[in-house]
Amino acid sequence: MIPASFDYEVAESAEHALSLLAEHGEDAKLLAGGHSLLPMMKVRLAQPAVLIDIARVAELSGIRIEGDEVVIGATTRHAELAGSDLLKAEAPVLAYAAAQVGDPQIRHRGTIGGSLAHADPSADLPMALLALGGSLEITGPSGVRVVGADDFFVGPFESVLGPDELLSAVRVPRGGAVPWGYQKFVRRANDWAIVGVAAYGGRVALASMGGTPLRATATEEALKSGASIEEAARLAAEGTSPGYDFHADVDYREHLARVLTKRALEGKTG
Amino acid sequence: MTQIKLTVNGGARSDEVEPRLLLIHYLRETLGLRAANVGCDTTSCGACTVLLDGESVKSCTVLAVQANDRSVTTTEGLVAEDGTMSAVQEAFRENHGLQCGFCTPGMVMAATSLLAENPHPTEQEVREGLEGNFCRCTGYHNIVQSVLGAAEKLSSTGSSATAESSTEVNA
Repeated sequence: MIPASFDYEVAESAEHALSLLAEHGEDAKLLAGGHSLLPMMKVRLAQPAVLIDIARVAELSGIRIEGDEVVIGATTRHAELAGSDLLKAEAPVLAYAAAQVGDPQIRHRGTIGGSLAHADPSADLPMALLALGGSLEITGPSGVRVVGADDFFVGPFESVLGPDELLSAVRVPRGGAVPWGYQKFVRRANDWAIVGVAAYGGRVALASMGGTPLRATATEEALKSGASIEEAARLAAEGTSPGYDFHADVDYREHLARVLTKRALEGKTG
Repeated sequence: MTQIKLTVNGGARSDEVEPRLLLIHYLRETLGLRAANVGCDTTSCGACTVLLDGESVKSCTVLAVQANDRSVTTTEGLVAEDGTMSAVQEAFRENHGLQCGFCTPGMVMAATSLLAENPHPTEQEVREGLEGNFCRCTGYHNIVQSVLGAAEKLSSTGSSATAESSTEVNA
């Protein structure tokens, strides 16, 4: 399968990427690792007229501490997140989530910004960011705005990112000592989660339980009012709207959400 | 058309390519390097795995233009000029790590990358490290033994799995 023709531009800096976006408008797409975009282009679900390659912009990559946050450049690859000692110490649930994405080859190419901008409701990193209560730094023609993970995802494969904007960095709280758990239920190696759960402190996020990654709000409220993990986990599917497919029907997904939430709140990974 | 300059199996290349040309097609059709195979064409099976700057990637999901200024190694590039195979290749032969052979170049490249990142993997780590590569003959047992054998060979000789030969591209 071969993508439809497009023009290829290499951005020299974040500013250059923005000016190329301004020049080409909605016909342009940003390319980093290409591991969400290129598969879509190969099956012609996406046919951008211009690709703007931001993978070589050094300022968009890397992991650093800024005050009480860890700041991660948008083009930082999954393998770099998974192998980062800094991230493992400061936000271990995110390093762990990155290690669950796809397979080693995919983790050598795919980027955190690409995964978040793609906004797949069954993906690892959107769910992990939501559990962490992280935020996204979006650079546009009129400057930088910061959007919380709770407000970023608006539908399946849809976010608040505008066509003239660049997701430049991801911010997560420093919290190496905060208890966390992570559960990803799959039937096949390197698949997307049939249901996924990330827990961080009292926050619980779900994957594949609706059109966006979701907070398990009923579970979180119950925990806040002193319920046991077991009692709180029973509420994990409340307010969710999972779909059905050949992997699982709605009842089964709701059941998985409850079981996996309990395990995640117990600090288990798997 | 876009001009790309890159290193393939140790040799410098410069070519005009269409931006939409996939790396796997550049390697197979432009350069005539046929070790990497097109299997699923959907980033799943790993038959097209090559090394990009020493790291395993699925070349069906990389544009040739993304390899500009970078170094690509295919299975052909693991063989030394005098025909000596790499430790990983040799271990696959010794342990009969292949059946039909279609997945083998991808397995060898994934294993080469894995051993460069983790020179002493456990059996479990080898299995997880190869999760991006399918063997539809299901010959996984001997493949895993081959990678463990290669790790042993490399640690006894103290060499690295990514040692690249200076073989010129035969294209």
